[in-house]
Amino acid sequence: MYPGDFYYTKDHEWIQVKGQEAVVGITDFAQKQLGDVVYVQLPQVGAKLSSHQAMGTIESVKAVSDVFSPVSGEVSAVNTNLAGAPELVNQDPHGQGWIIKLKLANPKELEALMKAGDYEKFVEGLDK
Amino acid sequence: MSYISLSDKDKKEMLERIGVSSMEDLFRSVPEPAKLNRKLNLPPALSEPELLALMGDIAGRNTYGGFLSFLGAGAYRHIIPVTVDHLSSRGEFVTPYTPYQPEISQGTLQVIFEFQTLICQLAGMDIANASLYDGASASAEAVLMANRLNNRTKVLLPRSLHPHYRRTIQTYTRNLGLELQEVGFDGSGRLNPADLEAKLDDRTAAVVCQSPNYFGVVEDLKAVADLAHRRQALAVAVVAEALSLGILEAPGRLGADIVTGEAQSFGLPLGFGGPYLGFMACAQDFLRQFPGRIAGLTSDLEGRPGFVLTISTREQHIRREKATSNICTNQAWCALRATIFMETLGHDGLREMACQNIQKAHYAREQLTALPGVKARFSGRSFNEFVLQLPKRWPDVDATLRKRNILAGVGLEAHYPELKDCVLVNVTEVLRRQDIDRLAGALREVLR
Amino acid sequence: MIREPLIFEISDKGKRAFRLPKLDVPFSKDLLAGYRVREEVEDFPQVSEVEVVRHFTRLSQTNYAVDIGFYPLGSCTMKYNPKVNDRAASLEGFLAAHPQAPAELVQGCLEVLKLTEEFLCEIAGLDAFTLQPAAGAQGELSGMMLIRARLAERGNPRRTVLIPDSAHGTNPSSAHICGYQVQVINSDANGRIDLADLERAMTDEVAALMVTNPNTLGVFETDIKKIAGLVHSRGGFLYMDGANLNALTGISRPGDMDVDVIHINLHKTFSTPHGGGGPGSGPVGVKKELEPYLPCPVVKRKNGGFVLEHNRPKSIGRVHGFHGNFLVAVKALAYILSLGPEGLREMAEVAVLNSNYIRKSLEGHYHLKYQAPTLHECVFSDKLQKEQGVTNIDIAKRLIDYGLHPPTMSFPLIVPGALMIEPTETETRRDLDLFIQAMTAIAREAAEDPQLLKDAPHTSYVRRLNETAAARSPVLKWTRSMKPPQGG
Repeated sequence: MYPGDFYYTKDHEWIQVKGQEAVVGITDFAQKQLGDVVYVQLPQVGAKLSSHQAMGTIESVKAVSDVFSPVSGEVSAVNTNLAGAPELVNQDPHGQGWIIKLKLANPKELEALMKAGDYEKFVEGLDK
Repeated sequence: MSYISLSDKDKKEMLERIGVSSMEDLFRSVPEPAKLNRKLNLPPALSEPELLALMGDIAGRNTYGGFLSFLGAGAYRHIIPVTVDHLSSRGEFVTPYTPYQPEISQGTLQVIFEFQTLICQLAGMDIANASLYDGASASAEAVLMANRLNNRTKVLLPRSLHPHYRRTIQTYTRNLGLELQEVGFDGSGRLNPADLEAKLDDRTAAVVCQSPNYFGVVEDLKAVADLAHRRQALAVAVVAEALSLGILEAPGRLGADIVTGEAQSFGLPLGFGGPYLGFMACAQDFLRQFPGRIAGLTSDLEGRPGFVLTISTREQHIRREKATSNICTNQAWCALRATIFMETLGHDGLREMACQNIQKAHYAREQLTALPGVKARFSGRSFNEFVLQLPKRWPDVDATLRKRNILAGVGLEAHYPELKDCVLVNVTEVLRRQDIDRLAGALREVLR
Repeated sequence: MIREPLIFEISDKGKRAFRLPKLDVPFSKDLLAGYRVREEVEDFPQVSEVEVVRHFTRLSQTNYAVDIGFYPLGSCTMKYNPKVNDRAASLEGFLAAHPQAPAELVQGCLEVLKLTEEFLCEIAGLDAFTLQPAAGAQGELSGMMLIRARLAERGNPRRTVLIPDSAHGTNPSSAHICGYQVQVINSDANGRIDLADLERAMTDEVAALMVTNPNTLGVFETDIKKIAGLVHSRGGFLYMDGANLNALTGISRPGDMDVDVIHINLHKTFSTPHGGGGPGSGPVGVKKELEPYLPCPVVKRKNGGFVLEHNRPKSIGRVHGFHGNFLVAVKALAYILSLGPEGLREMAEVAVLNSNYIRKSLEGHYHLKYQAPTLHECVFSDKLQKEQGVTNIDIAKRLIDYGLHPPTMSFPLIVPGALMIEPTETETRRDLDLFIQAMTAIAREAAEDPQLLKDAPHTSYVRRLNETAAARSPVLKWTRSMKPPQGG
C-alpha cells in the first residue's frame, strides 16, 4: 500500500528522493481523512523551506489541512495540474497527486523520518 | 404572554420519562451559589394588546416624523415598492435558519445567488458575497482583506470618507499593526490627487476612496485607482449610497479592486440605523481571501441544478483563527429585501430613480445657492447630496428652521472643524418640488 | 416540483414592474454630461410585477422554516418568532427614524435602546450593555477589544486568549482579529474545562478566557466560580459567549458567576427571527470596570429623557455605522416585555425539560460521548451507525425525508460525527415525539438499509447536492453561459 522507497512524516506527508531532488505529497491515509479535495494552495517556486515548515494547505469541502515540508530545501517545482484537477490528490495521492518538488538542503534529515513499514504501523495505531 | 406549547399533562409525563420529580431537579448541575434565588426585577408580562399600546407610545415619542427632512449622510430615504414588504414578510423567508442544509433552503440560497449576481452587475465585478453587517464594517473588512492580499501595512483613508466608517476602520485595525494615514480633499470636494501621490508608497496596502463621498461629491475613481496601481496598492471603492450605481459607471470598470459599501437604499427603512446591508465585490483572483458567505451553483444527485453555500473553508466555523473574517450571522433577510427591490425596480426603474436623485438634488442646489450669502462649498458634481456654506451660524439656522418643522441637513462642523457653518443637504426622489421650494423659502427668511 | 428559474432567465427588454412619479423639477438636459455615466447595467433584470411576486412566492415555498416545523439546531436556539414583535418593529415611528436625527426628535428610539440595555443588565447580572454590535461574532470581537483596551491602559495588553476545545469557531476568529494568539484548553472526561489544564495555561500573558456556559455540549461548567477566580488571580478577564443563555434566564446570571464581559445573541435567546442567516444582534454586557471603553455613542438618561453621549475618550470607537441593528433590538425588547420575569424563567425551565426529554428518549439508539447532566442541548454522535458506514450527514439528510430539519452537524469538534440537538422551549409535544420517532426509525434504517440513508433526501425539492463540485468549480453568479458543475 505505501511505496517502499518513500519516507513518511507523522503529519502524513511522503517524500520520494530522486538524487538531489525529492517529490513530496500527502499519503492515502491523509486523503481519506480529508475527503474530496477541492483546492490546493501551493508555495512559490524558489521558496526556501525548513523542515516541518507549513508550505501550503489542502482544502476539502469541510476541512483545511496544513501541508508541512518533511525536510528543508528549495521548491524547484509545484504541481500545476492540481489547480484544474485537485481530485488527483484523492485519486492518485502517491503518484499524479504529488504537490511539490524540492532541492534537498540536507539529505541527512531523511533519517529522522519513517519508512513504509513504520508508517503503516503508525497509521494502524491511529485508526483504533 | 407565553409561547410554551406544553400542557400540564405533557410536562408531567415528560418529567416522568426523564426520571425526575420536578423542574428544579433538572438544574441540579447548577451549583446553589450560582443560582438566582429571586425573581428577575423586570416589569410584569404584557398581553399582546398591552404590548402594542406600550410600544406605540414609545414610538410616538419620536417626533422626527413630523419634520420635512433633508438628512442623509450615510442613511437615505427612498421609495420602497410594496412588493418588498409583502414578499419579505412571508414566514418562509423570515423564520428559516442559515441555509446549511441546502436541500431544504433553496429559496434562501437562490435569493443569495441572485443578490450576488446583481451586486456584481452594479459594481462591475466577478464575485460578491451574501452580505456583511453594514457599510462601515464592510469597509473595515475590505481594509483587512487588502492587508491579507499583499501583506502591506499602510492604508490611505480619505478625509472625505464617512467619519463613522473611518472610526470603524480605526477600531477594527487598531490591534493588527496597520497604519492608517489620512488624505485630504481639495476645493472640488474630491480626494486631493497631489496629497494622495505624496503619501502613496511601497508600504501602501490600499487606497480607500468613497464615491459619492461623505460630501456627496462624485470622485474620479479612475484617477485614484491608476495612482494606487502605480505603486501596486489596491484600490478599494466604498459606495455608501448604492443607488448611485444605477447610473454612474461601475467602480469595477474604473479600476477598483474591491468594491464595498452600504445597500440600505435598496428597500430598507431608515430604522434608526439598522439593520442595514453591507455588500462587497471583488475580482475572481481574490476569492480565497474574500470574507463572508458565498452561494454557488451545483447539481444534485439527479443532475438538477441547485445552490449551496460554498468555499466555506475561508470561514470561521472551519478556519477558526485563520478565517478571512469572524462573521457568522450576516444580514441575509436585508439582502432578500434588496433583491426584491432591485428586481422590482428593474434596470430602467433603477436608472430612472437614480437620475431623479441627480436632477432633484441639482434643482435644490440651484435654488438654495441662489439665496443671498449661500454658497456651494464644493465645485464637484453631486449624486444626491451637496454641502452648502451659510452666511450665518449653522446651529442658529438649524434651530430656527426646526421651529418650522424643517431639518435642512447634517451639520459638518463636529467632524470637520474647517467646515464651519456648512450643512450637508440630501435630496432623493421622495422629496417633491414643493418640499425643496419650502426649504428655499424658509431658508431665505431665516437668513434675512 | 418544477424548478424555479433564476430571475435573469425570465428577464426581457420592455418589461417593467414599477413606475415612478414623473420628475416634478425642471429637467436639466445636459446635466448627465458632466458625469461618468454607464451605458447600461448589463443583464440587470427586467420583469413584470406578476413575475416578481410569483418568483419570490414560489422560492419561499422551497424553504423550510420555524413557522413550518422543528429545527433542533444545537447552539442556535431556533425558537418561535412571535409575530407581535415584528409588528412592534414595523411601527412607523421606528421605521422612519433617521440615525442622524437630533436626539430630541428620536426620544422613542433612545428609550428602546436604554430599556433594552437595562433589562439585559438585570437578566445577565451586569452593569452596562452596548447594542451596537450587529451579531454575536461582532459582539465577541467588541468584547475582546474592551478587555484589550483595559489591559493596555494598565500597561500590558498581553498576548494570549485561552479558548476551550469545544468552543464555537467565532471565538478564536474574533480573538485573532483583536490581535491575540489563541491557546486551546482541553475538556476533561465530563466535557467540562479541564481545571488542571487551565491552571497550567493561565499566566500573566493571558488576557482572557473565553467560556461558553452551559458549554457547547449543553453541560454547565460547575466550577465556573473557581475558573473565574483562577483567571482573575492572574489579572485576566473572563469572557462569556452567551449563545447558550436560553438555559439560564431567571435561573442563574453570568454576572453572579463573576463573568466580566458577555455577548448575547438576540436572534437566539430573545426570539428575533433568523431571516435565512440574519440580521441578528450581539449586545455586549460588562462589569462597571469596562464601561468606559464601550463603543460610542452611549445612551444615557438625563432630565427625564435620553441623550447620546459622544465624548468618551476611552471608548474603543465604533463597530457599526450607527446604532447597531436597532429594529432587531425593538423585537427583543417587545419579547422581554411580553414574557416578564416569570416567562423568562419558564423559558429556561422548559428549554431544559424538552432537551432532557429528547436525550432520555434517544439514549441507547445513538452514542452519547459525555454522560454529564445536560441543560438545554445535548450532543449525540454517529459512532454506532458508523459501523454500518452511515455518518451523521446521512442521518441528517434522512431526517429531511421525515419533514424535519437536521440538528447541528459536526460541532463541537471534540465529538467526532456530532449531532447537536437543542429543541428550545417553544416546541410542541407532538413535534418532539415526531423527532424522537424519526430518529429511532433512522437508527433502525441505518442497521437494515444504510443505502437508503446514503441516497437521502428522497422527497425534497432537490436531492442531495454536490458540494464538492461546487467548491472545485465555483460558479458564484449568473452568466449567460453558466453551467451547473458536475462530478467529483
